[in-house]
Amino acid sequence: MKFLYTQRLFSLAVAVLALIVPSIHAADISLLNVSYDPTREFYKEYNQAFAKHWKEIKGDNVTVRQSHGGSGAQARSVIDGLDADVVTLALAYDVDAIAEKAHAIDPNWQKRFTHNSAPYTSTIVFLVRKGNPKGIHDWDDLAKPDVKVITPNPKTSGGARWNHLAAWGYGLEKYGSEEKAREFVSKIYANVPVLDSGARGATNTFVQRGLGDVLIAWENEAILSIKELGPDKFDIVVPSISILAEPSVSIVDKNVEKKGTKEVATAYLEYLYSKEGQRIAAKNYYRPTDPEIIKESESTFPKLKLFTIDALFNGWGEAQKKHFADGGEFDKIFASIKR
Amino acid sequence: MKWRFRKPSVLPGFGLTLGFSLTYVTLLVLIPLGGLLLYTTKLSWSEFSAVIIDPRVLASFKLSFGASLIAAVINLFFGLIIAWALARYNFLGKKIVDALVDLPFALPTAVAGIALAAIFAQTGWIGRLLDPLGIVIAYSRAGVVVALIFIGLPFVVRTVQPVIEEFEKEFEEAATSLGASWVQTFTRVILPSLLPALLTGFALSFARALGEYGSIIFISSNMPFVSEIVPLIIVTKLSQFDYVGATAVGTVMLLATFIILFLINAIQIYSREKSL
Repeated sequence: MKFLYTQRLFSLAVAVLALIVPSIHAADISLLNVSYDPTREFYKEYNQAFAKHWKEIKGDNVTVRQSHGGSGAQARSVIDGLDADVVTLALAYDVDAIAEKAHAIDPNWQKRFTHNSAPYTSTIVFLVRKGNPKGIHDWDDLAKPDVKVITPNPKTSGGARWNHLAAWGYGLEKYGSEEKAREFVSKIYANVPVLDSGARGATNTFVQRGLGDVLIAWENEAILSIKELGPDKFDIVVPSISILAEPSVSIVDKNVEKKGTKEVATAYLEYLYSKEGQRIAAKNYYRPTDPEIIKESESTFPKLKLFTIDALFNGWGEAQKKHFADGGEFDKIFASIKR
Repeated sequence: MKWRFRKPSVLPGFGLTLGFSLTYVTLLVLIPLGGLLLYTTKLSWSEFSAVIIDPRVLASFKLSFGASLIAAVINLFFGLIIAWALARYNFLGKKIVDALVDLPFALPTAVAGIALAAIFAQTGWIGRLLDPLGIVIAYSRAGVVVALIFIGLPFVVRTVQPVIEEFEKEFEEAATSLGASWVQTFTRVILPSLLPALLTGFALSFARALGEYGSIIFISSNMPFVSEIVPLIIVTKLSQFDYVGATAVGTVMLLATFIILFLINAIQIYSREKSL
């Protein structure tokens, strides 16, 4: 009888220890990073690097779960209650939407990390067929009547909004007035035979279906297409001016406070700015923001004149309202060129 | 008219099964749809009509209803032929053809869309042959119809086939022996008894086509005013976080579909009573 009692006490002690010890020793933390489509490989690599880094400085095990999809759709999931700790989306407007509609993010989120909370950037370039048969060198060439241009629908694709604004910005710089810029962008859209709903769809249309002479694409996607499909089929053409595409990152305040993950989530995003984070970004064809890593990867990223959305369009809020809301510039253009 | 409850079967359980059915349908169908309607009431009438009479939205309604109607009519015709062949004749590989008919049910619609686009694009197997003739299927309105035919076909075949199988051959033989030509036999004897099933198949195929999204966006060029379908307009509005606008379009779609299905059902009941 006594033996049984001791045994029970012992197993109880073991059970209690088993519960306590790991939490003293190393906690298991799980984060959810809600991102957009083309960052899948990048974050897969980055998450491992961050887990290693966090283990070294804090001793805790971090596993980061990833969720990918269209940027706008991902933002909607977070608004509807997906418990993301951090969001790393294609445009600031989507993060703003979470802040505004669900009050889940501090409205001043863009000031919390350097470079407008965009640790890596990209730009908009052209992908053309090998040898550049239509002689496409700059935005003007996309407006020529015999050129077919592939770009996704800016109403459904966050990436396509950068394309639209890049073209518009070029029109503004070159021709000097809103009026002329609109005329210029209308000419480009008149050359578009298919408006895919997402960037990957547009890439498929251009690459697999052989439709169009030029694809307007994110630089990282264009480089990736070339690496994946063989450099013997396509060339990248870098225009003289383009937009500085800033994919934005933020912690989701409401969720990290509830889950108690604020510290590690903040560190997760800060580490994107570290040398290692920047190197991984550059390796996945995103332009780094750290001067030293920029120098290291100069050969991958050609220099061109870049304008920011804040400088030319007064930020995403206004750009969205003026260009992509119902009845905005995009709708007006299509109403005028409808066939 | 018999608008009362049918007399319950001699087997017990009417209360239980009716209760279960109502609860189940309410939870899974009525509450979500009710939510949609409730959300619409957030809009004032002028806001609602502004969303609906937008020319781009109207163009998409025209395309969605037009293309769905064309696809359903084509499916009605060819579905009947396929069902007839499957029900009446034995041939080599019949089981395979029978299984193939169900494929559009099982295939993810996006996959179907990508496959169809690949085949009908200028570089595709069929597109390459049609291109010199000046026929463009992929990335046009015709592509939308092709995709809708694909996803709607099984509905007609599967509703009509069992009716043909059960149809007594003796009726046809009697008609023939009484001197009817095959055209008369078909239009006077066979078609009337198939009509309710054909209408059901037509209605299902039509309704399915209206709501189709996945396959269309890959084969259509999705151009505003030209080849945008209503579901795409709804998704477009959602991606602008315009929940209310999306709901308004969704509600109109729902009501229009409901009215059409209701009419088809009424015709079906009428034709069934007439044929009996």
